[in-house]
Amino acid sequence: MATSNAPSAAVLLEAPAEKRRLTTWEFWGLMLIVPYVALFVLFVLYPVIYGFWLARHPHSYIDLIDDPIFFRTVINTLIFVVVGVLIKMALALGLSGFFMQTRPWIRWLSVLFILPWAVPSIPTILSVRFMLNPEWGMINTQIFRLTGEDGPNWLNDPTLALALAMAMHIWKSLPFWTLILLAGRLSIAGDLYEAASMDGATRWQKFLHVTWPSMQALFLTCTFLSMIWTIGDFNSVYLLTGGGPADLTHVLATLGIRYLRLDRVDMAMATIIFAMPLILPLVYIMMKRFSK
Amino acid sequence: MKLPDRQTVATDAKLLLIAIPVAIWTILPIYHMFLFAISRKDSAFSGNIWPSHPTFGNFVTVFKEQHYFLNHFWLQFWNSLFIAVMTGVLTLLIATAAAFAVSRLKVRGGRWVMNLALFTYFIPAAFLAVPMYRTMGLYGLLNSQWSLILAMVTIASPYAIWVLKQASDKLPYELDEAAVMDGATPVQLFRLVYLPLMMPSLVAIGIYALLLAWNEYLYAFLLLSKDTSITLPVALGNFLSADDSPWELLMATGFIYALPPAAIYYVFRRYMVGGLTAGAVKS
Repeated sequence: MATSNAPSAAVLLEAPAEKRRLTTWEFWGLMLIVPYVALFVLFVLYPVIYGFWLARHPHSYIDLIDDPIFFRTVINTLIFVVVGVLIKMALALGLSGFFMQTRPWIRWLSVLFILPWAVPSIPTILSVRFMLNPEWGMINTQIFRLTGEDGPNWLNDPTLALALAMAMHIWKSLPFWTLILLAGRLSIAGDLYEAASMDGATRWQKFLHVTWPSMQALFLTCTFLSMIWTIGDFNSVYLLTGGGPADLTHVLATLGIRYLRLDRVDMAMATIIFAMPLILPLVYIMMKRFSK
Repeated sequence: MKLPDRQTVATDAKLLLIAIPVAIWTILPIYHMFLFAISRKDSAFSGNIWPSHPTFGNFVTVFKEQHYFLNHFWLQFWNSLFIAVMTGVLTLLIATAAAFAVSRLKVRGGRWVMNLALFTYFIPAAFLAVPMYRTMGLYGLLNSQWSLILAMVTIASPYAIWVLKQASDKLPYELDEAAVMDGATPVQLFRLVYLPLMMPSLVAIGIYALLLAWNEYLYAFLLLSKDTSITLPVALGNFLSADDSPWELLMATGFIYALPPAAIYYVFRRYMVGGLTAGAVKS
């Protein structure tokens, strides 16, 4: 009976009515999309165009390249993004395997493990900053008590400080990527592993021939996305080292804000434009992967 | 019950060898923050691993605003809350409307809007901050809390639209057709069919936007400057302006500030992990 009702309803909705209905639907579609489009135009499109206009003079770029800390900043950014992300993703891949183990205490540990991602970064980064204080910090106090020697002046050494900022970044975002890769591992069919066990595969062979082929695409997507986000990581560097000592640990994200604070908005924009060759290829790859 | 055999014990030992460093690495910064929060200044600065005389005095000082840096603690707490809630509500309104228009009403140009949203999502917020700061100045919004709310909605909504569109594409279209047959208007379809079915995703997205705004530091410290209008993270950053900062009070304030998001995360964990990670990475 229900099926016999449908055609009659379709007959009732004749062509003119159909047209009128379509317009009300189109009208509501437009009404509902307008708020986001307005938001985009006002707070993304216009600022970006205005920003490019502010950085239209070549001397902004010359000043930027002449700044003695600029070259160091570019190198720092590359190290941060390539080394930091590779270490992080390798750790996440390994730890996602660890959290696959079915033990009650591992479940509890996984709940604890999420904490760095769940709490805001400001208080925890500042906490680490004091922990590394050479005179009063917990780390050096303990080093002194155990060895009788003074510990290193952690944040006063540019190399060490940059490494620690990377560690801070990894501390914060490792749980998120581990969770994503864990979801990827959980979606691999269990009988693949069983079949591999039957054939006498070792743990490493199982990873190489079962886990990795199924996870490869996800792992690459995660790595690229993580790289984009890492280029934009302002907090880990700014709140831990402040760009110091002697402005030697800046990355492009903190350098742009530094110029903005020095009232050189044109140089801040020039810094961002310099970061584009790094970001846009990654964005392009991600757009292709996501909008499939 | 059988005693665990040697094989299991050996595996457990190996697992513990990974688990212990992971646990220490994860908890140490948070433990250190808590240790400071419950220590007096002299005890906190001694570098001990255990608190010598644990006290809640720091929390009392914070709650009673009894320090120069804490004169506006409750107001700043309220500012953080207000900005986070407004961001959550506005992001939900804008993103739900857009996702409904693109996914269910099939509005013309919907693909374009989705691509714009996706593109915005991939541009790091720290880079958008510079032009956004200047534009907020042009709009005359600097130092107004609405500048931060609008900036946060701008940053939260692309991802929100993306996740909500993914979720609403999964709803069967037969529902819409049936509702239209019964003479439902677009508004009725939205209110009576779409919203109830989308509830889990809406909860996840609302919390996502709320936490994003609560946790935000960079935009807050660029856009707001008056002591009475800043949010808690900016107030925490301001502690560093003095050489002899009261770090035990800073950490106590930080601990209070970190509690709500951690609590929200654990209460809504089911929604968050399912709703957000599913959309975050599509392999």
